[in-house]
Amino acid sequence: MLKVDKVQKSYKKNGLFSSERQIILKNVSLECRSRECLGIIGESGSGKSTLGRLMLGIEKPDCGTVLIDGMNVEDRRVRLGNISAVFQDYKSSINPFFTVEEAILEPLKIQNKSKKENIDKITTLLNQVGLPSSYRNKYSHELSGGEIQRVCIARAISTEPKCILLDEAISSLDVSVQIQVLELLKDLKRIYNMSYVFITHDIQAAAYICDRVIIFKDGQIEEIVEIEHLKDVKSVYARKLLKSLITF
Amino acid sequence: MKNILEVKNLMVWDIVSGKKIIQNSSFDLKAGSCLAIVGESGSGKSVTCRAIMRLNSTSLQQSGDIIFKGENINQLSTKELRKKRGKNLCMILQNGMTAFDPSCVVGVHLRETLAEHFDWSKNEAEVRMKSAMESVMLINPTEIMNKYPHQLSGGMLQRIMIALAIVLEPDIIIADEPTTALDTISQFEVVDQFINLRERIGCSMIFISHDLGVVRKIADEVLVMKDGKIIESGNTEKIFSGAKHEYTKYLVSTRMALSNNFKRIMGEGQ
Repeated sequence: MLKVDKVQKSYKKNGLFSSERQIILKNVSLECRSRECLGIIGESGSGKSTLGRLMLGIEKPDCGTVLIDGMNVEDRRVRLGNISAVFQDYKSSINPFFTVEEAILEPLKIQNKSKKENIDKITTLLNQVGLPSSYRNKYSHELSGGEIQRVCIARAISTEPKCILLDEAISSLDVSVQIQVLELLKDLKRIYNMSYVFITHDIQAAAYICDRVIIFKDGQIEEIVEIEHLKDVKSVYARKLLKSLITF
Repeated sequence: MKNILEVKNLMVWDIVSGKKIIQNSSFDLKAGSCLAIVGESGSGKSVTCRAIMRLNSTSLQQSGDIIFKGENINQLSTKELRKKRGKNLCMILQNGMTAFDPSCVVGVHLRETLAEHFDWSKNEAEVRMKSAMESVMLINPTEIMNKYPHQLSGGMLQRIMIALAIVLEPDIIIADEPTTALDTISQFEVVDQFINLRERIGCSMIFISHDLGVVRKIADEVLVMKDGKIIESGNTEKIFSGAKHEYTKYLVSTRMALSNNFKRIMGEGQ
């Protein structure tokens, strides 16, 4: 469904006037199937977030294409309502002058639906993410990290997208809250039949929710593995990654 | 074992709103042991540690006794306490990027700190710093010292702070979420360095974390905090295997849920 085909990306190195370029992604191809949860695991600096931004279409690749159902994501109309995102930094994800209601309405407004219909929908959405509907008039600074992340998820599912990209969405939450959010994501997936692209450095969280994981290193795919076969990974790097895990 | 640090009836409150952040907390740190403080965000772990170092912002007031080697450091003047910071009590922070001065190379920061506490010549300080950096697996120490913080990765900066602690040989190291901002591999390496550090200089340690996996690996004793209160404390294994308080049980069970699923996939414990 979401297809990344031979994508390459580089950024300018050493300031504005330098011609030197640092290659972030080298010839990456992958596919996220319909109703699948695909994990992308990598260290910091491996280029996984850049890949995420390309998949969302908010940055253009140097070469290669990203397609949703065969259409290029660079086109705004293709993206609209089809792909959503939830980011790590929950403090900066919501406009501080917006109430919870306004924040969730933001993507719905663009879709030209009637206002009445939208307002009704907010109550359902808030209940689905486990928040009382009295939260609709609160501002983001009044909420805890886990609650803001739930609002972000509510905003992401409001347009009933085909795919949600979660870029380290749970990494800055407490472990006890992480579990709650992961459970919520599992439930929502059942209701909405969406795909997830779950970008993280936390293998245990990825193992909790993903069907298939991609191990990413230095801008390249090191290995793709079904989650049940995670223990049979072959590459040296993937083995090292699993070995250095601190379990409980 | 003798207590190196005793905290008695520590209270921290906000002067403006009068809100109590830490309520009457008392605990001891035994010489040579590692005490972990766990709890969710907003439970007052960091404030407790900053209260010991007296690094809280000026809008927070504190009272109570903090007895370090028989001396009440809560009564000391700011100037006297400053001599103790670094040499006796060393703090390692969560985010290396903000802990170092971004406007100068890392080496300047290190040299400044060492010059404050020791009368070593410039050369001697450098030699000691280099050997410490090599011992925490930082190859090319000279090159690293001439780099700015933004040129180094989070894991490297964290290890530089540990190297500095090795040279300073403090009595107590306070580590405030030192591994939270790191990815899996660097986290593993940094935790290993912490264990080595304790073995080498035999210091006591206060380790704040919300990751119970790391805590279980490193700590001898655990304090569980919730809403500014200490709700349970004791030996690490005892807390994790037979927690008495509901909240501790809840924390342990959520962490177990994550781990057990992973272990099942990996085919462990079969």
